[in-house]
Amino acid sequence: MAATLLKLSDLAVGASATVREFPAQDPAFIRLREMGLLTGTRITLVRTAPLGDPLEIKVRGYHLTLRKIDAAHVLVEPVS
Amino acid sequence: MAQPPHFSPAPAPSGSRTPVYALVGNPNCGKSTLFNALTGLKQKVGNYPGVTVEKKVGTAYSQHGQPITVIDLPGTYSLAARSPDEAVTRDVLLGRRSDTAQPDRILCIVDATNLERNLYLVHQILDLGRPVILVMNMMDLAAEAGLNVRVARLEKELGIPVIACEAVNGRGLVELRVAMSRSDLPLARHAWDVPAPIAPAVSELAASLVEHDRKLPLIARAEALLLLTDQDSVRVAGSTPLSPRTAEILRGWQQRWAAEGTDWAGTLVNSRYEAIGRIASEVVLRAGTVGPSLSDKIDAVVTHPVWGWLVLGCVMTLLFVSIFTLAQAPMDWIGTHTALLADWVKSRMPEGDLRDLITDGAIGGVGSVVTFLPQILILFFFIGLLESTGYMARAAFIMDRLMSRVGLNGKSFIPLLSSYACAIPGIMATRTIEDSKDRLVTILVAPLMSCSARLPVYLLMIAALLPNDRVSLGAKVGLMLLMYALGTVGAFGFAWLFKRTLLRGAPPLMIMELPPYRLPGLKDVALQMFERAGIFLRRAGTVILGISIILWFLAAYPKAPAGATPTQQLAQSFAGRAGHALEPVIKPLGFDWQIGIGLISSFAAREVFVSTMGVVFNAESSEENTAPLRDALKAARWPDGRVLFTPLVCLSLMVFYVFAMQCMSTIAVVKRETNGWKWPVFQTLYMTGTAWVLSFIVYQTGHVLGF
Repeated sequence: MAATLLKLSDLAVGASATVREFPAQDPAFIRLREMGLLTGTRITLVRTAPLGDPLEIKVRGYHLTLRKIDAAHVLVEPVS
Repeated sequence: MAQPPHFSPAPAPSGSRTPVYALVGNPNCGKSTLFNALTGLKQKVGNYPGVTVEKKVGTAYSQHGQPITVIDLPGTYSLAARSPDEAVTRDVLLGRRSDTAQPDRILCIVDATNLERNLYLVHQILDLGRPVILVMNMMDLAAEAGLNVRVARLEKELGIPVIACEAVNGRGLVELRVAMSRSDLPLARHAWDVPAPIAPAVSELAASLVEHDRKLPLIARAEALLLLTDQDSVRVAGSTPLSPRTAEILRGWQQRWAAEGTDWAGTLVNSRYEAIGRIASEVVLRAGTVGPSLSDKIDAVVTHPVWGWLVLGCVMTLLFVSIFTLAQAPMDWIGTHTALLADWVKSRMPEGDLRDLITDGAIGGVGSVVTFLPQILILFFFIGLLESTGYMARAAFIMDRLMSRVGLNGKSFIPLLSSYACAIPGIMATRTIEDSKDRLVTILVAPLMSCSARLPVYLLMIAALLPNDRVSLGAKVGLMLLMYALGTVGAFGFAWLFKRTLLRGAPPLMIMELPPYRLPGLKDVALQMFERAGIFLRRAGTVILGISIILWFLAAYPKAPAGATPTQQLAQSFAGRAGHALEPVIKPLGFDWQIGIGLISSFAAREVFVSTMGVVFNAESSEENTAPLRDALKAARWPDGRVLFTPLVCLSLMVFYVFAMQCMSTIAVVKRETNGWKWPVFQTLYMTGTAWVLSFIVYQTGHVLGF
């Protein structure tokens, strides 16, 4: 089955997903990966900040916030 | 395939020298608490030369009372640095800094509740080929979270001592001290395979580092691996640069991979996490599922779209109410006691210039700054409390969207807010902002937030502007709020401007951990408060003393003939002459030379304007009762008989105080925090220039309109 990929910024609050793709070779995103957000990592979008941005995600048991503009570069596959 | 060199037991640190440990770990894993627990009050805090990164060195004692030096390195998630702080950690560990000896051994602290991500840094550190002791902190919290962390298993996997620890209550410290005193620490079993596409590059870089950069083979391999993930933009002062040959090899590989589409850095990160995943699955056993944690429950309220704002508002109100109420008594105490001290000196010393220099210059001048110390301490305490509980990150999370409108990020919020009380703690708190441009912009605009030293000036001007009886309290409060709003708009306006002009740059990836809420370690918070206050007093102290004496000298010389009143003395002093000299510049703002004296004296602290006006216009007034001074101001005239303090001049003067940089302590702190005179000079010029232009507009427009 062809997986439907979403931008992380478009994921619904409360939904879980698996990280699938990163922007190729953008050095800024290396830190995101060093913090454990890798291809194949399961994440959950916990909430958005009161003004809708940034996002709070749960990854490898801890909570991380990132801005929507950055999250739009991470493609995820929602898991039901 | 790059095989790791054969590991032999590390030599013990030579007996004659005190062994040096570097303490490293992720942010929020309890590193400071452990450092304080190990070294107690035996700490030295300073800066790494050339960068504004805090250098903390302490002395711990082994079980047998032998001293052990511990360097507390800035917390980081990875040795591939993204900020000056992280670059210092990387450079000290790699022996790249000439000002800090390369540590003999490494003490690595990890959060047991969050092992996988913490092990990433450990994995990089084990590459360094130095003896490592792993401190597994927060074992109690891990158990609460339903995690069974098998310490013995991890010890076996890595082959290094792993000490279970609860730094907050001192559990595990004895075992840690014993391990630290061991002379025979083993090196890690750390044979991980560098991914095949990258291995040739690692070998070539390592060889070049040995040959051209004089690195030891073990360190060279670790450094070669790091160079591939390092975002090399972070080069900090004091760090030895790469040799041209090595840099060329690195560039060559990067260009080749970029052309081939090889994601080298990602591959490297992936392979580390694969290795970590294997270890973590052996070490961490999940004892069933547990429901939402306490932190999750708190966050449901604290970051709620409605309640979140309410909580933020309450926390900030509490902060300001406590600053202004709690600080009042000690501030009064300092005020009275500096006066008493001056009187005591007066009674002991023969009359003369030396006596006046000590009482009026040194004691009076320094006293006017030290008066603000209670406020500064309380602010430091609250900022520390917000940091150690984890609320600071939530405030940044909530405010990030708003702050991003002017190009800053959420972490600038607390420093700017603190600046409403005093810019000094605000500026010193900007160290939590990783991005150096955002940090600099925050420092540049922070003093535009109306601090508490401006309040007496505003109050006096409002009193002179709006006579008590006829004007409603509402108008006065409204005018006051207008001044605060003006400063705030100014701060954000300039932040926006600076981020678009002087300090442009692609917005970096803004990622921030929301650490679990923790009970604050009051001892750690208090220690940090005194450390920061000490830094402020040491750094600003000499500047404050120097300028106080200069200001005293300007007002005391040349001497008026015997029998002159203080008013006459001031009028014909250097300060009076400076006021006259300044008059052509400030006349377009509606100010005369007497106000000019006030502007000059405000450099001690802005509220000194009030007492200077008291001397200039010969009016006895106290803090409780400014009526005599107000009446004296209202009676003041230009030589041609026009009223000096017209409502328009009062307004113009207030606008000037909103924007002008008139605080020597702030200038001294900005100099320290930006590591030079360039930025404080720029800041003084842009703020005071803006103040002049806006006062000019207010006064001249008002004048044309007939006020």
